Amino acid sequence: MRTLLFIIQKEFLQIFRNKGMLPIIFVVPIVQLLILVNAATFEMKSIRVSVVDMDLSTSSRKLISKYEGSPFYKVVQTTFSYDEAMDQMQKGKVDVIINIPNGFERKLVRENLSKVQFVINAINQAVAGLSSGYCTSILIDFNRELMQDWLSPAQMAGLKNIQTDFSYWYNPKLNYKTYMVPGILVLLVTIIGLLLSGMNIVREKEIGTIEQINVTPIRKIQFIAGKLAPFWIIALFELAFGLSIGKLLFDIPMVGNLWLIFLSGGVYLFVILSIGLLVSTVTNTQQQSMLVTFFFLVVFILMSGLFTSIESMPGWAQQIDRLNPLMYFIKIMRMVLLKGSTFADISPHFWSLVVFAIMMSGLAVWRYRKVA
Amino acid sequence: MPAIVVDHLAKHFSTVKALDDISFSVGKAELFGFIGPDGSGKTTLFRILTTLIVPDMGTATVNGLDVVKDYRKIRKDIGYMPGRFSLYADLSVEENLNFYATVFGTTVAENYELIRDIYSQIEPFKKRKAGKLSGGMKQKLALSCALIHKPSVLILDEPTTGVDAVSRLEFWEMLKRLKNNGITIVVATPYMDEASLCDRVALIQDGKLMAISTPSEVIKTYPWSLFSVKADDIFTLLNDLKSFPGVHTVFAFGQAAHVSFKERNMDEKLLSEYLLGKGHSGIKISPAEANIEDCFMELMIKT
Repeated sequence: MRTLLFIIQKEFLQIFRNKGMLPIIFVVPIVQLLILVNAATFEMKSIRVSVVDMDLSTSSRKLISKYEGSPFYKVVQTTFSYDEAMDQMQKGKVDVIINIPNGFERKLVRENLSKVQFVINAINQAVAGLSSGYCTSILIDFNRELMQDWLSPAQMAGLKNIQTDFSYWYNPKLNYKTYMVPGILVLLVTIIGLLLSGMNIVREKEIGTIEQINVTPIRKIQFIAGKLAPFWIIALFELAFGLSIGKLLFDIPMVGNLWLIFLSGGVYLFVILSIGLLVSTVTNTQQQSMLVTFFFLVVFILMSGLFTSIESMPGWAQQIDRLNPLMYFIKIMRMVLLKGSTFADISPHFWSLVVFAIMMSGLAVWRYRKVA
Repeated sequence: MPAIVVDHLAKHFSTVKALDDISFSVGKAELFGFIGPDGSGKTTLFRILTTLIVPDMGTATVNGLDVVKDYRKIRKDIGYMPGRFSLYADLSVEENLNFYATVFGTTVAENYELIRDIYSQIEPFKKRKAGKLSGGMKQKLALSCALIHKPSVLILDEPTTGVDAVSRLEFWEMLKRLKNNGITIVVATPYMDEASLCDRVALIQDGKLMAISTPSEVIKTYPWSLFSVKADDIFTLLNDLKSFPGVHTVFAFGQAAHVSFKERNMDEKLLSEYLLGKGHSGIKISPAEANIEDCFMELMIKT
């Protein structure tokens, strides 16, 4: 036990002495949190619109003014030539073309039916989907107003109409930051835990110090525990630190019990550190370790449900994702922080993490014994 | 009982035979040297003795303990200094020493006597980071760390490589004192001059032991007559000597060339005239005593 404590002490000494490491641990997370939370948003603002109005009628102007008045749209071009508008889209200067054909108003009055064309740049399908959604909702709004204008109140009352009202639970204002901060926090502690632990033992291999350690009576398990404990502590500290920033700067809700977060966090980090250790046993240089770690990180992060919803993945991908520890912890974080879930609610995810922890650490220690 | 017994040891890495059927033993408090070129198998042998790798064949014991079965016990008894500096460069001299003392379950104070001679020289720099020490000081620190748990066997892999001549000499003085304290020392070195400082030396090449005996006996076995030849232009001298009839070997040795002849009664005059005829000036020819290096070169040719 004394040996273990001494190894931990030595590790901390080395970490805090490493001038490049301290900023990575303390400054980078703040910067990342600030940048990512503010930048990684799906909310659409200022969609650039080109209007091709061949009708030039009251109705067409009214429709266009609705887009001009919306905070989501910015009309950057008004023209009579569809080709000109298309040219702008080709150059990437326009996201949506609204094409109002000649006779738009006349048809509306005579035939009660008229058509408008939306041409949407779908290079980014997520943006395209949102744009078309916004476009349609504005058009529906326009329709309703038309009816109000043309029909008498009596006729209006005769129309059957279903009104939809939404109330958003757990995130009433649909605040994007509330949703992102817990996820990004998980990402941060994962990066810190995985990269640092994955590279640390490899580093001892690289500079040859492990040779000297291996001829001492230190047991392998002591050595590993002594190496991983400091990163476990640092990453948990990081989590607390990030939560405070989230509360102070972004005012994220903390409905549930924070101890639950730290309990799951502790288990989760144990999983991550074990993966890091496993990586460092199969690699020989810090470079190799970095590359392998990166590969896993990218897969874990993209499939974590942070940026895309897991439910919309194909079935096989969802099955694979059950092996993604990030996914569980992000779920737990969001459930506890936003919903105030109790242990019973998160227990399926929690126990999954526990199983992971046992499996990964067992595998890592077994591999480590074999190679070293 | 000898401190180290190695019996028919073999180890290969894929197709390379690093150690090929090696047997020897080292007595208690003996200073035993391994001489051989790079890649001859010294490090592999040391790594087996320090329980870092397991042999393919044969057995090795340290203090009667088997290196495979009793590796844990052996680790408490040996001090190992790898060829590469492998202490923590970002920890200070003091921190390194404390760390290794603790790891072995002891304290610096407890065994300070043993390392006092060595450590006192670097103690003024004890707050300095190990990575910032000079080559000689690094070696002294590494030796201190290897000794801090009072091992009975010390295994040193090329401890003086990259160290200046004065520090090398000092280092060997220290080894002698440790030996007098009853510590068995096995040391590998590529420097032939250091070999003569050992009690016994083993010449190793391509994983095979070519000779084991005391330095003076190794020299005695040298079979040919040897001359030291000097001239102003040493480079052409070497080439010209090689083409002189009856010459067995020619090696540069410092400022002179060591020339060996298979026949006992060589006429120095004949050689002198030959060299004059080749246009050499400042020629000096004198009979020379064979040293370890000459013997080693000779052994290398034979195999």
